[in-house]
Amino acid sequence: MADTLIDAATPVAAARAPESSWRDCAAGYLFLAPWLIGFFGLTLGPALVSLYLSFTDYDLLSNPRWVGAANYVRIATSDPKFSAAMHVTFLYVALAVPLKLTFALLVAMILNRGLRGLPLYRAIFYLPSLIGASVAISVLWRQLFAGDGLLNQALKLVGIHGPSWISNPDTALYTLVALSVWQFGSPMIIFLAGLRQIPKDVYEAAEIDGASRSQQFWRITLPLLTPVVFFNVVVQTIDAFKAFTPAFIISGGTGGPIDATLFYTLYLYQEAFAYFRMGYASALAWVLVVIIAAFTALSFLSSRYWVHYDG
Amino acid sequence: MVDLATSDEIPHPRNGRGRALIYHVVLCLASIAMLYPLLWMLASSFKPDSDIFGDASLWPRHFSLDAYWRGWSGLQVTFGRFFLNSLVVSLCSVVGNVMSCSLAAYAFARLKFRGQKFWFALMLGTLMLPYHVTLIPQYILFLNLDWVDTFLPLSVPALATAAVFTFIWTWDDFFGPLIYLNDMNSYTVQLGLRSFVDSTGKSDWSGLFAMSTLTLLPLFVLFLLFQRLLIDGIATTGMKG
Repeated sequence: MADTLIDAATPVAAARAPESSWRDCAAGYLFLAPWLIGFFGLTLGPALVSLYLSFTDYDLLSNPRWVGAANYVRIATSDPKFSAAMHVTFLYVALAVPLKLTFALLVAMILNRGLRGLPLYRAIFYLPSLIGASVAISVLWRQLFAGDGLLNQALKLVGIHGPSWISNPDTALYTLVALSVWQFGSPMIIFLAGLRQIPKDVYEAAEIDGASRSQQFWRITLPLLTPVVFFNVVVQTIDAFKAFTPAFIISGGTGGPIDATLFYTLYLYQEAFAYFRMGYASALAWVLVVIIAAFTALSFLSSRYWVHYDG
Repeated sequence: MVDLATSDEIPHPRNGRGRALIYHVVLCLASIAMLYPLLWMLASSFKPDSDIFGDASLWPRHFSLDAYWRGWSGLQVTFGRFFLNSLVVSLCSVVGNVMSCSLAAYAFARLKFRGQKFWFALMLGTLMLPYHVTLIPQYILFLNLDWVDTFLPLSVPALATAAVFTFIWTWDDFFGPLIYLNDMNSYTVQLGLRSFVDSTGKSDWSGLFAMSTLTLLPLFVLFLLFQRLLIDGIATTGMKG
């Protein structure tokens, strides 16, 4: 999964000399061929087929049966599981993304203070991001928050008798939020890179003018960092919408207890590969695309009011 | 996004010693809190099962490698097979990716041809497309090609820029194998681990932790070898880690 966002300013395709010869043209397409084949065969083609399937009933065994907008109507009006999945997913995104980014920024700012041992700290904080997607980590998480798990053992030391966080529908989702926040390392590295770009003399000038530390943060650091904040928000939110593995492992594939961890992608997976309702699952996939696209569009539209690009 | 983002020079040397000490204490505590679960898992994999619960220590009282032997052959297919499968899938993905990416990168960066801007914009656009939208038709396609339970669908090149990241992502991928691999002989380590949870996970915690530790081991090694590359990659391109 290539969740790479190349900086929009990458000047690769821009600024060309005029006149491309026939030979250059052929060479260009020849080099591009593997990607083009992949694009048409594995992205564009399947996306169109999926759009068609979303208007059908299809169980893989018999031919797809056209049902018009029935799948979308059912999603919008009479699917309690869809509502549950939306609720869980939006709550997860709304909690995990701000918390994770706050931690990331906080730690990045401390690391940017010029402490010794920066590479070591950075490596330690980044490690969870790198391995966090592994099934092993979800397995570990399930044990940490179990009734007799590590967290409750620690709580027992201070006299608190903790519940079974995983099997309690009120707390199950928060264990997944915690897992996401634990992986704050990669946005932290991006924040750190952004902080390094803020010129020192701006702070020196502010200090001479008698600005306090909190004023320096709100008036200098945060405004100059908004492009990086914006980038992190978009990337992390899209990522959070697509979360799957931890919910699957922690709930044993059910999204339970009582749908408390029924992430959108988990519901989609169940519809497609447990019940073989491929048409309905395709419609769910397109609804997810629309949600992500709407969020991304909103972010970009709102960015002109709060993101400062002129440094 | 940023040049020389991770150079280690000291940017704001305006803190007193006391303040620096406080920061070090905070960062050390945070590091311990973050790493404790991982270290505890490692320690637990050397403990007998009876010692895991109620023992939060990082040093096993009774040190044993039993869990590794038990876990390794805890399913009807051994983890050796799963490791081999994961290695094959990950390496194929790396090769496919590096080839298709370097060719495409060369075409965009060094050649000029009609439609270049269009394709480049399209390529960036597809990076945002959630893969669920192509999931079902791809599955049907590979089902009809009889590619389910082979590794071909898993190593189809995706658009990652770095071989190491491709390897790590493919190694960690759970969703793809979950959908495409049904026969245990073709399971990757992630699926093997999940089966282990389902079959013996509740009775054999130390075996589960032993195998969990092993599946993370290649990632640790890559992390140690390529730490600089990975961190600079994220800082400069904003790549998801």
